[in-house]
Amino acid sequence: MSTERSHAVGEHPELPPPSTEVGIIGWVRHNLLSSTTNIVITVLTIYFLYIIVPPMLNWIFFDAVFSADSRDDCRAIAKAAGHEMGACWAFIGKRFEIFVYGFYPAEERWRINLSFILMLAALVPVLFDHVPYRKQALWFSLAAPFIIGWLLLGGMGLTPVPTDKFGGFMLTLVIGVTGIVGSLPIGIALALGRQSHMPALRMVCVAFIEFIRGVPLITLLFVASTMLNYFLPPGTTFDLLLRVLIMVTLFSAAYIAEVIRGGLQALPKGQIEAADSMGLKYWQSMRLIILPQALKISIPGIVNTFIGLYKDTTLVIIIGLFDPLGMGRASLADTKWQGLSTEIYVFVAIFFFVSCFSMARYSLYLEKKLYTGH
Amino acid sequence: MAATETSSSNPSLFYRLFFDKELRSVTIQVITMALIFAFFFFIVNNAITNLEAIGKGYSFSFLWDASNYDINQTLIEYNSRSPHWRAAVVGLINTLLVAVAGIILSTIVGFLLGVLRLSSNWLINRVVYVYIEYVRNVPVLLHILLVHGIVVNTLPIPKNALMAFDGTLFLTNRGFYTPKPLFEPAMWAVLIAFVIGVGFTIWFKGYAKKIQDATGKIYPVLWISLGAILLFPTIVFFLAGLPVNFEYPELKGFNFKGGLVLRPEFVALWLALSLYTAAFIAEIVRAGIQAISHGQTEAAFALGIKPSRTMSLVIIPQALRVIIPPLSSQYLNITKNSSLAIAIGYMDIVATIGGISLNQTGREMECMTIVLAIYLAFSLMISAFMNWYNKRMKLVER
Repeated sequence: MSTERSHAVGEHPELPPPSTEVGIIGWVRHNLLSSTTNIVITVLTIYFLYIIVPPMLNWIFFDAVFSADSRDDCRAIAKAAGHEMGACWAFIGKRFEIFVYGFYPAEERWRINLSFILMLAALVPVLFDHVPYRKQALWFSLAAPFIIGWLLLGGMGLTPVPTDKFGGFMLTLVIGVTGIVGSLPIGIALALGRQSHMPALRMVCVAFIEFIRGVPLITLLFVASTMLNYFLPPGTTFDLLLRVLIMVTLFSAAYIAEVIRGGLQALPKGQIEAADSMGLKYWQSMRLIILPQALKISIPGIVNTFIGLYKDTTLVIIIGLFDPLGMGRASLADTKWQGLSTEIYVFVAIFFFVSCFSMARYSLYLEKKLYTGH
Repeated sequence: MAATETSSSNPSLFYRLFFDKELRSVTIQVITMALIFAFFFFIVNNAITNLEAIGKGYSFSFLWDASNYDINQTLIEYNSRSPHWRAAVVGLINTLLVAVAGIILSTIVGFLLGVLRLSSNWLINRVVYVYIEYVRNVPVLLHILLVHGIVVNTLPIPKNALMAFDGTLFLTNRGFYTPKPLFEPAMWAVLIAFVIGVGFTIWFKGYAKKIQDATGKIYPVLWISLGAILLFPTIVFFLAGLPVNFEYPELKGFNFKGGLVLRPEFVALWLALSLYTAAFIAEIVRAGIQAISHGQTEAAFALGIKPSRTMSLVIIPQALRVIIPPLSSQYLNITKNSSLAIAIGYMDIVATIGGISLNQTGREMECMTIVLAIYLAFSLMISAFMNWYNKRMKLVER
C-alpha cells in the first residue's frame, strides 16, 4: 500500500514548493536577486561593504592596541605584532576616569556614582508601568533631582564642589537630564499659551518660541557666556554652568512647545466641546481630556527633541565647558598622546549612539504601548 | 430676598476680576504684559547701567573701523584693512555658500537614501538603515570634527596629492583643487539663451495645459522643456566657439597655485552637514512615500493611467505635500547648524562678526545683535515660504 492519500479523479496531490522558492535559496532569490536592478544593487552594495568594512574592523579591533603607555608605545607594539597601527585604545583606557568624571575630586567621585544609581532608580517608575509600589516610587522620582543636585554640588555636610570641576560624561548627563526634565513642563505651558484665546498671552508665547527656534543654539550659548552679565544687576555673578542649563532648557522648551502644539491641533474640536459641555473647567479639561491625548500623539516628536537636546550638549565645548569631547581634546595636549583625535571622536560617538539609540527604542515601545487603535 | 439676589448676580468688580470668565482673561493678560514689560525694563536698565559703568555705549560705528584680521575664504574682495561690516558680509556669504551647497547635496543624497530604504532589496535596505541610525544618533558637531580630522589627517600633503578624474581634481590635506573656468564675453550669449529657454518652458507648460484641458491632446512637455533649457544653450555654446578656458591648478613649491580651491574646513563642514542632514531627509522621504495609501496607485491604474503618469500626477504631488514642510525645516536646520563652523575654523558669520570682531572690539551686544538678527531673518523667510506653500497645497475639502 502506498502511503499517499487517495485522490478523487481529476484532483492532484499538493506538491511541495520548488526548492528555489523556499529556504535560503528562495530568500536570496526574492530579497537580493529579484530583478536586474536588484542584482546590480546587490553587487554594488557588496563591493561597497568590501571596501569600507574590513579596513574599519582592522582599525577598531584587529590592528588596535589596547594597553600601552604612550602613542609611541602603541606604534611599537603594533610594529612588533607585524601590522600597521590601528586605534590606540590604550589612550582611552588610561584616561577613562577623566572622560567619566571630569575634574571632579577623586575622593568625592562616589557621589557621582551614587547620583547615577539614584537617577536610574528614579527613572524606572517613570518609564515603566509594572513596577511594585509605583506610587511611592514616583514620589522618590520627584525628590531625586534635588538629592542628586545636593550630592553633586555638595554643601550641607558634604564638601562643596564648584561647577567648573564638572566635566566628561557626567557633565553631558547633568546638562541633558536637566534640560529634559525642565523643558517638558515649560514646553507644555508654552504650547497651551500659544493655543490660548487671550491675545496678549498668545503673542508673548509666539514671540518667544519663534525667536528661540529662529537662532542656532550656539549663538544663544554665546549670549549666555558673554552678554548675560550685562543684563543682571551690577555686581551679580552667575555660574556659567547654570547659565548654560537655563539656555539649553529654554531652547528645547521652544521645540517641545511646537511638537505639543502639533498634538493639540491634531485633536478633533469635538473633544474640547465635549469637555465644555460636561461642565469641566479649563484646567480640568486640559488635564483630563486634552493633554493626555495630545501628549500621546506627540511622543515621537518629544523624544526626538530630547535626543536633539542630548546631542546638542556637545556644543558646550565651544564656550569652554569640558564635556567628553572637550576632555578628550584637552588630554591631547599631553605630548605622550598627541594626534589620537580619531580615537576620542569614535569613543564619544559610541557613547552618544548607545544613549540616543536606546531613547529612540524606548519611544517606539511607548508608542506601541499607548496605541489604542480603532 | 431681593438684596441677596442683587449681591449674587452683581458682585463687586474686584470679585469679578478674578472669578468672571470674561474679566478674568483681561486680568491675566494685563498681569502678563505688566510682568513682561517689568522684565524688559529690568534687563534694559541693567544693561544701560552696566555699559555706562565700563564706559561703553551701544553703537554700531565700530563696523566702519578696520578689522585687522584676515579671512581664509573670501568670495568678495577683502583684506585686513577692510572694515568690520565687510568681514560680516564675507562671513554671511560663507554661511550662505555652505548652506546652499549643503542643501543641494543633502537633498540628492537624502532622496536617494529614502528611496533605497524602501527598496525590496534586503541588503541595501539594511545598509541604509544602519547608516541612518548611526548618523542620526551621533551629534553633528562630532561628525564635523570627525570628517575634518579625516580630511586633514589622512589625505596626503599637496606634493603627493591624490589625483582623480585624470588630473582635474586633486585631493590634499590643504584642500581640494579643480580647474577654474574662465569665461569669455561670448558666454553672455549662452546665459541669454538659457534665460530664453526657461521663459519658453514656463510659457509652454501653461500652453500645453490649456490645449490638454480643451482637447485632451498631450504634448511631451518634459522633453520639449529639457530641450529648451539644456539643448538650446548648449547649441549656442558651441556656435559661440566654446567661450570658456580653464585655469589648471599647478604644484608650485609646497602647495598648489591657481585653479578653484575648496578649503579643507569648507569640505569638512559641507560633507558633514550634508551627510548628517541627508539621514533626516531620507526618513522624511520614506515617511512621505509611505503616507500615500496603496489605494491611490490602484485607483489610478483602475482609471487606466499609465504607471509613469500615475507617479507624476497622483503619487508625487501627494507625497510632496507631506515631505515639503519637514524638508524645509531641515533646510533651516542645515543653515543653523552651519554655525558650528567655528569649531573647525571655517569663517562663517558667527566666526567673523560674532567671533573675531567681537573679541577685538569688545562689542558683545552689537555683534550678537547682528548675528541673531541675521539668523532670525533666515528663519522668518523660510517660515513665510512654508506658510505660503501650506496655503497653496492645502487639501480642498468639499
